[in-house]
Amino acid sequence: MSIKVYVPRDSSALSLGAEGVARAIGAEAARRGESVTVVRNGSRGMMWLEPLVEVETPTGRVGYGSVATADVAGLFDAGFLEGKAHPKSIGKVDSHPYLARQERLCFARMGVIDPLSYDDYAALGGWRGLRNAIAMKRVDAVAAVTTSGLRGRGGAAFPTGIKWKTVLETAADQKYIVCNADEGDSGTFSDRMTMEGDPFVLIEGMTIAAVATGATKGYIYVRSEYPHAERALIAAIAIAEQRGALGADVLGSGQRFDLEVRRGAGAYICGEETSLLESLEGKRGMVRYKPPVPAVSGLFGKPTVVNNVITFASLPVIFDRGAEFYRDYGMGRSRGTLPIQLTGNIKHGGLVEKAFGIPLRELLYDYGGGSATGRPIRAVQVGGPLGAFLPESQFDTPLDYEAFASIGAMVGHGGIVVFDDTVDMARMARYAMEFCAIESCGKCTPCRIGSTRGVETIDKIIAGRDVGADVAVLESLCDTMLHGSLCALGGMTPFPVLSALKHFPEDFGLDRDGLAVAA
Amino acid sequence: MDSESSRSVDDAVSRLKDVPGGLLPILHAIQDDLGYVPQESVPVIAKALNLSRAEVHGVVSFYHHFRTAKPGRHVLQVCRAEACQSMGADKLAAHVRERLGIDFHETTADGNLTLEPVYCLGNCACAPSVMLDGEPQGRMTAERLEALIASVGAAR
Repeated sequence: MSIKVYVPRDSSALSLGAEGVARAIGAEAARRGESVTVVRNGSRGMMWLEPLVEVETPTGRVGYGSVATADVAGLFDAGFLEGKAHPKSIGKVDSHPYLARQERLCFARMGVIDPLSYDDYAALGGWRGLRNAIAMKRVDAVAAVTTSGLRGRGGAAFPTGIKWKTVLETAADQKYIVCNADEGDSGTFSDRMTMEGDPFVLIEGMTIAAVATGATKGYIYVRSEYPHAERALIAAIAIAEQRGALGADVLGSGQRFDLEVRRGAGAYICGEETSLLESLEGKRGMVRYKPPVPAVSGLFGKPTVVNNVITFASLPVIFDRGAEFYRDYGMGRSRGTLPIQLTGNIKHGGLVEKAFGIPLRELLYDYGGGSATGRPIRAVQVGGPLGAFLPESQFDTPLDYEAFASIGAMVGHGGIVVFDDTVDMARMARYAMEFCAIESCGKCTPCRIGSTRGVETIDKIIAGRDVGADVAVLESLCDTMLHGSLCALGGMTPFPVLSALKHFPEDFGLDRDGLAVAA
Repeated sequence: MDSESSRSVDDAVSRLKDVPGGLLPILHAIQDDLGYVPQESVPVIAKALNLSRAEVHGVVSFYHHFRTAKPGRHVLQVCRAEACQSMGADKLAAHVRERLGIDFHETTADGNLTLEPVYCLGNCACAPSVMLDGEPQGRMTAERLEALIASVGAAR
């Protein structure tokens, strides 16, 4: 009987040589006359162990971490096909502490199956949620989403059920489902992992949205920086069409739903939903004024559900296990689970899906194992380039939308970037303004001009001539951007800038009370 | 535009002009084929989509992904975003610029390699990252980058 060996096809694994490892295993097996089937799975999300090779044994899957092409012959010699010991063995993958303590609802199949196997997806609970949604009245399906407490996982945390209800109740000859897969925040990759490692869960989630709101056409807007994700989606959509989960008659429901992948073009602003819609219409990605909201007048002026990849990917489990099941995870008004990404200068970087409420410190040290360099962690940025920098004194904050908002921070898309004590926070504040200047769509003045003036002002502060006066200018500028910008780019760039200034004044030539240090 | 480029543009336009919101798909098809969007393609696209040349130019220039000049035979994108910065991306960027003798958005004199900045490749747990000809590469060091550059034969 052929032995199954898993080598991930996830971009992170590929970026560390997984393709060569997969080829070497195939070649070595052929040379030794061993019957081996190499399955290209998604990543388990333990990125420090990639490429993570797994072997299926009668007692479960055994893993070998950080495998290089040069290790392959040795693994065969050691008997890895029987799961035997080897210096790179991590034992049973499912019982690895990093995975065993997670609450993987959305990422239940991640790294477990061949992402393009329709049958593997179905065998592990796939399509059950969609079948349940089809059997429900539309109004009940939308109500279930509201009951689940699901909020937009892209970062804005808007209640998904309310958005859908608006689309359902707006009469139109055509409605659209749009997936925002323009995952531009540094420190995030949960969308990418989903598209590459379990694309059917996104397709199923979008189809549930279509069935619940009466939309017949959907688009996935995926960033151009994700070529592997784009290819996986195109392949998965073709398979879903062929198997009847998409197309003229979704799983025999009589409803049509067609899905198309559209590639972005390297504009961070297109992660903002109205700018994304402009881009889908073939225009510059300029932010639209709201109202009208996209749920009333979205793509091509029609009612449109715009949700993030993880929002859609959370729906199949909600419709399979029930809204209450999902709602019972979490804390406060943050219900369910969040796929959190541990990144940057961290020893055990990767994907941790947990119920809301887990303290930042537990993620950084229990899961993350501290910094990669072994130096003290000085600051973390949560929620992407528009998220605040948090000092050590705030590491006990639970991951919860409201708890983060109360300290002027945001959970966003769940990306956590770790910096050790060599970081220069004035430089990071400057970068935040610089990034805003590069990516501003230019529609509103506070963002377009403010970001450039922000870079110049921080340069003056770094030069240290009249720090007190320049900090006052910077604070005033941030106030204007916060209150006067059209969207979150200009409106939230002040968060990283002001938090750096507040928590790390010494990096700006200020003392702990925020007063200029005499030169 | 040579006749081959012209054929590529005509093909993309005729294939995609009726797609709703088809301008980006057309520009992608052209750049996928030619490596850039030639200036001369703008009036052709504008005519087919019933847009002004200014509108098409405005879209091409809005998006960082679209190039208006022919790139080198290989394209190296270096991530400049926060997660990569936390693992020394700035130093890596300085090194590669010095090594190649070019700045970002420039091509080596032998026409082999174009250097571009990129803001996040979604490989943030394996920082710092670069992408060479569409293939992401993680945990990059000066030595690994050197090997990567050598693998595509970039001289100075």
